[in-house]
Amino acid sequence: MGLPLMMERSSNNNNVVELSRVAVSDTHGEDSPYFAGWKAYDENPYEESHNPSGVIQMGLAENQVSFDLLESYLEKKNPEGSMWGSKGAPGFRENALFQDYHGLKSFRQAMASFMQQIRGGKARFDPDRIVLTAGATAANELLTFILADPNDALLVPTPYYPGFDRDLRWRTGVRIVPIHCDSSNHFQITPEALEQAYQTARDANIRVRGVLITNPSNPLGATVQKKVLEDLLDFCVRKNIHLVSDEIYSGSVFHASEFTSVAEIVENIDDVSVKERVHIVYSLSKDLGLPGFRVGTIYSYNDNVVRTARRMSSFTLVSSQTQQLLASMLSDEEFTEKYIRINRERLRRRYETIVEGLKKAGIECLKGNAGLFCWMNLGFLLDTKTKEGELALWDVILKELKLNISPGSSCHCSEYGWFRVCFANMSEKTLDIALKRIHEFMDPTSGG
Amino acid sequence: MTRTEPNRSSKSDSENSGGSGGGGGGTTAMRVIVPLQGVVQGRGGLFLGSVIPCAFFYFLQFYLKRNRKNEPDSGEPSPDSDPSSGSPDPTRSQSVGNLTELASLPRSLSRILLSPRLSGGAVSVSGRAGCVLKGGDSPYHVGQKRVEEDPYDDSGNPDGVIELGSAHNTKMDWVSEDPGEAISDGLCMSGIASYEPSHGLIELKTAVAGFMSEATKNSVSFDPTQLVLTSGAASAIEILSFCLADSGNAFLVPTPCSPGYDRDVKWRTGVDLIHVPCRSADNFNISMLVLDRAFYQAKKRGVRIRGVIISNPWNPTGTLLSRENLYALLDFARERNIHIISNEVFAGSVHEEGGEFVSMAEVVDTEENVDRERVHIIYDLSKDLSFPGLRTAAIYSFNESVLSASRKLTTLSPVSSPTQHLLISAISSPKFVQRFLKTNRERLMRVYAELVKGLKELGIECTRSSGGFFCWVDMRGFMSSYSEKGEIELWNKLLNIGKINVIPGSCCHCIEPGWFRLCFSNLSERDVPVVMNRIRKVCETCKSQN
Repeated sequence: MGLPLMMERSSNNNNVVELSRVAVSDTHGEDSPYFAGWKAYDENPYEESHNPSGVIQMGLAENQVSFDLLESYLEKKNPEGSMWGSKGAPGFRENALFQDYHGLKSFRQAMASFMQQIRGGKARFDPDRIVLTAGATAANELLTFILADPNDALLVPTPYYPGFDRDLRWRTGVRIVPIHCDSSNHFQITPEALEQAYQTARDANIRVRGVLITNPSNPLGATVQKKVLEDLLDFCVRKNIHLVSDEIYSGSVFHASEFTSVAEIVENIDDVSVKERVHIVYSLSKDLGLPGFRVGTIYSYNDNVVRTARRMSSFTLVSSQTQQLLASMLSDEEFTEKYIRINRERLRRRYETIVEGLKKAGIECLKGNAGLFCWMNLGFLLDTKTKEGELALWDVILKELKLNISPGSSCHCSEYGWFRVCFANMSEKTLDIALKRIHEFMDPTSGG
Repeated sequence: MTRTEPNRSSKSDSENSGGSGGGGGGTTAMRVIVPLQGVVQGRGGLFLGSVIPCAFFYFLQFYLKRNRKNEPDSGEPSPDSDPSSGSPDPTRSQSVGNLTELASLPRSLSRILLSPRLSGGAVSVSGRAGCVLKGGDSPYHVGQKRVEEDPYDDSGNPDGVIELGSAHNTKMDWVSEDPGEAISDGLCMSGIASYEPSHGLIELKTAVAGFMSEATKNSVSFDPTQLVLTSGAASAIEILSFCLADSGNAFLVPTPCSPGYDRDVKWRTGVDLIHVPCRSADNFNISMLVLDRAFYQAKKRGVRIRGVIISNPWNPTGTLLSRENLYALLDFARERNIHIISNEVFAGSVHEEGGEFVSMAEVVDTEENVDRERVHIIYDLSKDLSFPGLRTAAIYSFNESVLSASRKLTTLSPVSSPTQHLLISAISSPKFVQRFLKTNRERLMRVYAELVKGLKELGIECTRSSGGFFCWVDMRGFMSSYSEKGEIELWNKLLNIGKINVIPGSCCHCIEPGWFRLCFSNLSERDVPVVMNRIRKVCETCKSQN
């Protein structure tokens, strides 16, 4: 196994020291087209005036549509507070010393209140069940460490966020077994698909520890129906496994009434043994458009999970300055109500713009109602309905249209030809340009 | 740990073969062996009655071990999942080690039993979570909690518990020492809110590299592109552990060592720590002979050593490693083809007059690439700059593969961008950095001098601390018995009678009981007499009881 443990001094010149399997594996998934497209964008980024023929980034699910609301709030309410907190310099010093993994109480209360508001008050959140992590990425990995042992599996419906391959598997040694969903029922999870995935795992002698869903779904851009959530919870109870619901896009549902959080379902359940298998992941990166702030949370109904997650969060704490900065903003209910409402409206309009634009070019999308992206069907353009065919088309779109979109295969979609297209990380003008490039590609005779 | 299981378990089971049934750990196995024995005894008597069950037992173990080859010891209750465990270290108490190994057997017989069934819940959590939940609270945590409940304040709560446990540097008030110069930027949302590389902005890396150079008095020029930033030293150590070792491998770590390594290195990685004891007779200096012996003993046991972890200035003794020490360590690492992790988080806090801090980076500066690539340095802004809340630490490496893997891993523990921007403003000013480091050092020197003087008056010696925030204090003369039990009793008295929270040597895996780690960076010179009075009270109590 590798080099002998003792080497003579004189022959050491070729003695290169080895790294671990984790370090050299590609389980981080960063070689996939999902990330490769980002590289192309980095090398030749579109810029309205300086580089109008550059690559337009449509592979990054970032929300820039409502920045102005945040900026004006911070400037108006608290110009100094941005740096120092409400108490000024002495407050900052106190803040800088605070490193408790429980997190600032005021910030947890603010998060609980914000999460409640997003769900229209249909579920309550206890600040003491909130564990802070440096982003949802860390939250998902942490939960995986806590709920599963190496070589166990989590069931994840396809298509899923490519980052899960890294977040759930890389360091944890846990596997992902896909729950196959397809377009015949708009990619909703069926009880049959669940059973099949579970059985696949059992046949391979793999122990299933839980189901992990995103709701609203990334990359589908659609909410999970209430009935499906209830079936999922039933399934988890029957198999005695966990249910993790990654709800980082919950504030980006176009119409509030169309979103059912798993928290609402659990709210009406008294049986602790049912409740304590449910865990929710949330982050401010998508709804508030603050990915750089790296604020994520785990909300669990299981005391043991909360306790362990808190300790484990020592590896991934949120800076106290960031907590302070956001605490007052998120507890300002007047502001958050306005923000959530306007953000939803703007996202809905963007979505309609892109879907209409694509329709005019003869391209259909899955009916979506949430998120920062749409799920586009280009199956009819593939030479062959295979992964290679899909990647060939993706390559053409990247190199000729200079649009970076995400191929469905990188999301483990079992049907080829689907692509995720982000629309919230650019100005409306840039979106128009992107649509124009697509029109020209679909109908070269349409003129420019 | 599993390597010794077959020998120990089968031996204990043959001792129990009279049919009395073992302890809880052997019960399930007994149910198989005892009836079998009954069958055999009729023909071959006691001999076959012992041998056959043992053989069966041995093969069962072998079969099970093969089947769970890929799993780390997740099923075993590990007391070391907390930063410092209150339960006895196996090197100091053999019997506890035995219990652990016996207890693991029934778990392996059934996958259901592998996951702890916890009270109140039907659904189970992982072995990694189970460790935390079953392990009791260590002195580290108990002490911390007491401080939280009843914190000392010189005017508001003079009888409260004084925190001398964790490494905070609360007395440096750089913010009021001219924040205007240090921090000038306002907060521009669109500049900081979007996705940035998780391993840190190049501007911050440049500033951190400059700070680290300043801490080494410019004997090393750190290259910002060889830095990876992450949200705290715990994360930095864990990332390196994931990159340099596989689950089941081990690092050598001379002790006494930081209590945090048990969590940071071992918990989620499955990598083990092999403690290499240093002794008071050698002033707790590292003996290369002892290190070598530990390496070969591990090799004989089939454990692959991937590296050695050192800290400089040393936590908890405060010793500075000399150039000779560092060269010897590099030679050792080269000969064994392993890594060196040099934890230099207190580099900027060398308080001894004339004390010379030599970074591992300086030592490898003139070495060949193949040796540079085995050295990895950890730095923590929070320590030297006294703002732990801002969560910014760094890995510095000469190994591009390690840097590449670490960069990717920081997506799981990134530094928040408003914090990065704040720090860029703060530490980019060389004048500010120099003044800060100088003030910090002088303040630490003064408090340390007062403390040592006060302790001496009480008849208490400590090792010579040249850097960092700790005093490594010899309280062996005050224990009721020269044992770990005696040490914990004394620690309890210090906490409950003296109302001071210190870290007992067992949390630092010190092989000699009676040593305590006392953090003085939280103290002002005015607080020292208060601490001394408290310690005197405890000493008098001990003397009258012994």
